[in-house]
Amino acid sequence: MPAVSKGDGMRGLAVFISDIRNCKSKEAEIKRINKELANIRSKFKGDKALDGYSKKKYVCKLLFIFLLGHDIDFGHMEAVNLLSSNKYTEKQIGYLFISVLVNSNSDLIRLINNGIKNDLASRNPTFMNLALHCIANVGSREMAEAFASEIPRVLVAGDTMDSVKQSAALCLLRLNRTSPDLVPMGEWTTRVVHLLNDQHLGVVTAATSLITTLAQKNPDDFKTSVSLAVARLSRIVTSASIDLQDYTYYFVAAPWLSVKLLRLLQCYPPPEDAALRSRLTECLETILNKAQEPPKSKKVQHSNAKNAVLFEAIALIIHHDSEPTLLVRACNQLGQFLQHRETNLRYLALESMCTLASSEFSHEAVKTHMETVINALKVSLAQFGSRDVSVRQRAVDLLYAMCDRSNAKQIVAEMLSYLETADYSIREEIVLKVAILAEKYAVDYTWYVDTILNLIRIAGDYVSEEVWYRVIQIVINRDDVQGYAAKTVFEALQAPACHENLVKVGGYILGEFGNLIAGDSRSSPLVQFNLLHSKFHLCSVPTRALLLSAYIKFINLFPEVKATIQDVLRSDSQLRNADVELQQRAVEYLRLSCIASTDILATVLEEMPPFPERESSILAKLKKKKGPGKLPDMDDSRRSVNGSTDSTHSFTDVLNLNPAPSSGANLLIDVFSESSAPAAATDVSEENFPRFVCKNNGVIYENQLLQIGLKSEYRQNLGRMYVFYGNKTSTQFLSFSSSVSSSDLNVHSKAVDPVIEGGAQMQQILNIECVSDFSDAPVLNIQFRYGGALQNIAVKLPVMLNKFFQPTEMMSQDFFQRWKQLGAPQQEVQKIFKAKHPMDTEVAKAKILGFGVALLDGVDPNPANFVGAGVVHTKTTQVGCLLRLEPNMQAQMYRLTLRTSRDSVSQRLCELLSEQF
Amino acid sequence: MPFLCLFMQFMLLFSRQGKLRLQKWYVPLSDKEKKKITRELVQTVLARKPKMCSFLEWRDLKIVYKRYASLYFCCAIEDQDNELITLEIIHRYVELLDKYFGSVCELDIIFNFEKAYFILDEFLLGGEAQETSKKNVLKAIEQADLLQEVRYVIKPPWEQ
Repeated sequence: MPAVSKGDGMRGLAVFISDIRNCKSKEAEIKRINKELANIRSKFKGDKALDGYSKKKYVCKLLFIFLLGHDIDFGHMEAVNLLSSNKYTEKQIGYLFISVLVNSNSDLIRLINNGIKNDLASRNPTFMNLALHCIANVGSREMAEAFASEIPRVLVAGDTMDSVKQSAALCLLRLNRTSPDLVPMGEWTTRVVHLLNDQHLGVVTAATSLITTLAQKNPDDFKTSVSLAVARLSRIVTSASIDLQDYTYYFVAAPWLSVKLLRLLQCYPPPEDAALRSRLTECLETILNKAQEPPKSKKVQHSNAKNAVLFEAIALIIHHDSEPTLLVRACNQLGQFLQHRETNLRYLALESMCTLASSEFSHEAVKTHMETVINALKVSLAQFGSRDVSVRQRAVDLLYAMCDRSNAKQIVAEMLSYLETADYSIREEIVLKVAILAEKYAVDYTWYVDTILNLIRIAGDYVSEEVWYRVIQIVINRDDVQGYAAKTVFEALQAPACHENLVKVGGYILGEFGNLIAGDSRSSPLVQFNLLHSKFHLCSVPTRALLLSAYIKFINLFPEVKATIQDVLRSDSQLRNADVELQQRAVEYLRLSCIASTDILATVLEEMPPFPERESSILAKLKKKKGPGKLPDMDDSRRSVNGSTDSTHSFTDVLNLNPAPSSGANLLIDVFSESSAPAAATDVSEENFPRFVCKNNGVIYENQLLQIGLKSEYRQNLGRMYVFYGNKTSTQFLSFSSSVSSSDLNVHSKAVDPVIEGGAQMQQILNIECVSDFSDAPVLNIQFRYGGALQNIAVKLPVMLNKFFQPTEMMSQDFFQRWKQLGAPQQEVQKIFKAKHPMDTEVAKAKILGFGVALLDGVDPNPANFVGAGVVHTKTTQVGCLLRLEPNMQAQMYRLTLRTSRDSVSQRLCELLSEQF
Repeated sequence: MPFLCLFMQFMLLFSRQGKLRLQKWYVPLSDKEKKKITRELVQTVLARKPKMCSFLEWRDLKIVYKRYASLYFCCAIEDQDNELITLEIIHRYVELLDKYFGSVCELDIIFNFEKAYFILDEFLLGGEAQETSKKNVLKAIEQADLLQEVRYVIKPPWEQ
């Protein structure tokens, strides 16, 4: 039995609780509870009217049973009855039961509201408080409807007791949170703001919370709160520690109120009024000064309360981001905390430092302290040892946030060395971060390649596909690093045991660029092949498949090892491999190597073309891991605003780590906007659209959730498009729907399944009919739910006029005759433009063919020129088209001339084709 | 702009054996969800070692917890909220219980759970500190207790 039982104890309840505690097993407990429930049920149903005390006791027992984790499906009515009791103690239990076991049963809510209404009108402050607490605890919409207009009146009425004001303020806050539309503050605004001047600090504390919530939504209406909040804060921070009596907490003056006021101020920019601004600066300086004073007490409560205010002040300084001296002081203060013996303080310092490092204008300020911070961090990393992951996680976050070009090598090295001992739970994230930093701040790509290979060596299991795909993309796109990459992977593969991811990277890179190191006898073709093949049998099927592709590439690169490789392919373990994919590759590659001429082999197995520039998928992955808002903003534009490091762009631009200049925002923001795009209007994605002018298949859209691939075929004025929706996540997409809107084309889409399983792909067929010549492409609108959030995606479908071309072969004479026939000025469109891509004859030919016309050889007297002819088929008409493309290698220019019988067609085709060169 | 109207999402009190002693939810959640959260958190917090940081990231929230004797006090706040002041909210609540029960122990909270709720409501409302003065909170509770006793001993005339 408890030592103290204040108020009126309920003996029956105490006995029951004792019984439960004495139960030896879960079964015994359930049995005892069922017995009690049966007893209470019979009492409630019985003929004899229960007195208030019994009712209260049984309701309380039900509550206890519920809190033990059992379901309660009766007693609500009795609890509501208690509300109308005029005995405080019964009323109180009634309210408690309702607060804990709120039921959306509308009849009951009406009765509850009735009880609340009576108590609010009672003018008895204790009863009023009970009623207000109940509204604040339940906060349902029905309650908001009933009381939202009444409570502001209670709050600002002159004769309301302080304690009731406090409850009313927080009650309103809760209603505002659940049903903001029902809480009109209009006429009360000024009087609510003036509660900040109230003499009673408890009232001010409650009111500050309310005002902060309201100001967040309507900052203009509550602007006047800024000066009052500053004045209040100023009085608190300059008060002697005993002035505030019971609001002083372990020698810290009103810490809760201070924190709330500082938070309210974070709803606003720095005050414009100079006097007010300097008063606020003084406050913040005073808070920073106090941190340097010797503690007034050794109790942890003293330092916690003091530092709670300090951290909130630093948050405000970071939010204002305008006072360099304050920012530097904040930074120094955090630096001190980084070495503090208290884990909590180190954790918080790391966290705040992260925001500070990524804050817009303070980056320069932080940078001046970078060295100290890194040193402090090294020490703290060492100190943390193996104790607390959350702290080390924060440290890694901070390293990532403070990384820029000047310290990237150091930080990446630091993270790599930490990775060797890092906790398993954060390894994958560190790997992603290292990969991103290494790419973003690569000054030379040999460093990048080394870093990634080190990553694989140290933490191969945690290197996701995105990371090794990315290193390959980069190596393929940058010819200055290919030789180095080949040499490095070759060396790395020498290790007796190397991670399978290294075999993948090695296989791919040697298959493409092995020739670059084949001159050295130590890495001759045969040595390379034997090295790769020595790993073959230890690898999984996908890696083996990749290696087989590397082998066939070897056959093309190094005719001298052809026989050796063919022998390997011919062996039973390959040709009769139980795995279909491996068997097929072996059979096909072997056959290919036997029958194809050297020329054909060279064409088929040509070096991979550069990858299309695309955002780093690693970044998207990290984002997905951390969730939006958790990643420090590594905005490059910030740095260029400060004029410091324009050169950081040079490399990342090549890789398109930064987005196209037209989009204006930085990549991280872009990625966010995709993942958290509200259901409102979506921008139509047309980024990949131009790539489909001369081809019909490929990936038209991709974000971190979804990939959309296309395969299309056209015949005359009809087209069929297969759209493949790939769910890149491991979670289902729900309520998936898609529709096509087109102003000019007839597009018929077949319905799709509303669910796409995680990792699965779904196909949709679109039938397209071209009615007449057109210029606007159809738009594919997609909607689905992912993890509760509605995703809206709109993609411009690459259906252009030239898709409906039928190529026309013709002789030179015919061509010139028709060319002359189409001689009217409006029928011809000509464009002279600068080459955007290397001027390669074969590529140009392929593009013109892909555009849909026949390429006519021997028509143009100048063999360097290209001439083509075709007919655009629409439902209503056919339009003949002749074109001529004249390259000027010296000037790196092209001249494109198009003649068709219809000027709009000439115009549109010219626009489309000229963008391709 | 960061989301500034932060508030406590819920508070849980549980014993070293993982028995839930008090739960206060400031966000509407289904009973099922509440049970799931409780189970998960109790497990996570009990698994932590004594010298570890009192804050941990959990889902998209931050958990602030502290152990007093056999009881764990555990609050969920939003990511941007002030962790240290939340630790002191816990401490102040412990002080209030201590003062009211006179050196509080787990048994007091088990047998007088309704009182623990009443005290909490006087101190925190809607997840925000309502009254941080120890004296004022206790005054309110003691007044209520007084009401109880008076009403019981002397029945008002209309009830006789």
